[in-house]
Amino acid sequence: MTLLEVEDLTVSYRIAGGEAPAVRGVSFSLEPGSKLGVAGESGCGKSTVALALLRLLPKTARIGGTIRVDGEDVLGMRWGRLRAVRWAGASIVFQGAMHSLNAVRRVGDQIAEPILLHGTAPRAEVPERVGSLLERVGLPRWRARSYPHELSGGQRQRVMIAMALACEPKLIVADEPTTALDVMIQAQILRLIDDLVGGQGIGMLMISHDLAVLADTCDRLAVMYAGRIVEEGPAAAVVADARHPYGAALSAAFPRIGDPASRRAPRGLPGDPPDPADLPVGCSFRPRCPVAEERCAEVDPVLYPVPGGRSAACIKVRAEEPA
Amino acid sequence: MTAPAASRRAVVRARRRAALRKYTRSYAENRAGLFGLAALALAVLVALAAPLFIPAEALSVTGAPGERFEPPDAEFPLGTDTYGRSVLDLVVWGARISLTVGFLAAAVSVALGTVIGVIAGHFGGLASNVLMRITDWFLVLPTLVMAIALAAVMERSTLTIIIAIGVTSWPSTARIVRAQTLSVEARPYIERARALGGGHLHVMLRHVLPNVMPVVIAQTTLLVAEAIVMESTLSFLGLGSPGAISWGGILQDARNSGAISSGMWWYMVPPGLAIALVALSFTLCGRALEGVFNPRLRERR
Repeated sequence: MTLLEVEDLTVSYRIAGGEAPAVRGVSFSLEPGSKLGVAGESGCGKSTVALALLRLLPKTARIGGTIRVDGEDVLGMRWGRLRAVRWAGASIVFQGAMHSLNAVRRVGDQIAEPILLHGTAPRAEVPERVGSLLERVGLPRWRARSYPHELSGGQRQRVMIAMALACEPKLIVADEPTTALDVMIQAQILRLIDDLVGGQGIGMLMISHDLAVLADTCDRLAVMYAGRIVEEGPAAAVVADARHPYGAALSAAFPRIGDPASRRAPRGLPGDPPDPADLPVGCSFRPRCPVAEERCAEVDPVLYPVPGGRSAACIKVRAEEPA
Repeated sequence: MTAPAASRRAVVRARRRAALRKYTRSYAENRAGLFGLAALALAVLVALAAPLFIPAEALSVTGAPGERFEPPDAEFPLGTDTYGRSVLDLVVWGARISLTVGFLAAAVSVALGTVIGVIAGHFGGLASNVLMRITDWFLVLPTLVMAIALAAVMERSTLTIIIAIGVTSWPSTARIVRAQTLSVEARPYIERARALGGGHLHVMLRHVLPNVMPVVIAQTTLLVAEAIVMESTLSFLGLGSPGAISWGGILQDARNSGAISSGMWWYMVPPGLAIALVALSFTLCGRALEGVFNPRLRERR
């Protein structure tokens, strides 16, 4: 069965004088054991999608569409059932482990929190369980007695991962798990996530602005822009040969080591992402698009299929397609 | 990563001792706070030890040891009251009631204020609005009048005084706790706790409450001072327990027996000073604690 199915998800925030659509019709699905990456710049709606999966959005958000975790409709779920699915069914590795741990409680107690809440292990076995979780993420058992401020950033992120695994969920959502870490630690954490998730039938949704990180870890990749998926396909193909101009700009923004041309010509994308409350007419990427044409203002493109199991939301892709 | 667990634990313990030392030192930097703490320790010690050196008959109205209204002398350092009891004994004994009422009333008030503040801050919306309007209502109500009304309708006892003070002085705590709750609730670990499947009770008890505690502790010490003054006021107005000896009660007896017009200063000044001194000590401790928990206050001095 499909582990996670998102169909036409929309999220809009109530703001002064109207509504700001943060997510506008996002659909994707995730099979057990596979890893999907979601990339995009700040404010494109990727974290909103992650939080919507477990209905963790603030009260001002209005959610539409359907989200099914393991075949169960999350949006129609009752409060008690929702609490049971949170963490036991799907857990989250938050960005910024520094702040996602309560500074006044020992990390062992915080790892034990979901286990006790969901009653997945008898109380007497909890310390043993916490110890083995810590060992699985490469920390010594006695660290359970430490407070968050006694750990380094990488160790804290390891604690967050141990916590995400505590109830053996089928789905893990990793929201920028390596953002605040230096490259070495980042590589360690990614390898750890890879080891723990791979080969256990756990599905993972990984969110990052770092295309290189996603290309390394994920099977498939979705690029988001202004609340929509604009490109989707196998990770390596999307990074190497993006079909949407935004996807292409995103992967071109990363310099390639050993390529003198890219070193001398660092490319970026001029401009800022559009204000969700005031989106441009037609294609929302048009004002920043290097290859925009007049007809881009007339059509709001949807995802068009591209050979190789991919799709992109650009009318040029459709034009290339043989009719 | 190979050091034995025992020495690790020793390291942690040493670090905790160091943290405690840091807090102690930052408290000790506040001379007024130290004075308050010393005065309080003395008051509590005297109150606890009172039965050891004051025999019961010395406080009895019928078997009083001295004559009425004796001025201070060698036998009665602070003179005697209207029944011939030693005023010094009365003041020492009165500390028991005053401190008990002060602590218990403050506990009732802080407990009420904390519960209401955390609930209002956690749920927000309608619950917060309703609770905060009730709080505002209590806040604008003249506390003394309300306490008098409560003490008048209930049985005259020390418990009544405690309840009357407790239910009228919680609104300021509720406001402070609500504000602190709102700031704690905005932190990411609260989002994590909700994602874990934690319910409202779990978030409030496990995450919000421990982080609100420093504020609550400082608020408690300040409230004890307020409660002691309030207890004295109520006793002075004749609403205290008739049998119990308290500082406010001594003052009332002094007024009733005409001590003011006949210049019997030894009857009025000692209990009055005791009230002022203990209330001041609690306030000084409270301010010093606030300084420890909130370093910004310390720098401003």
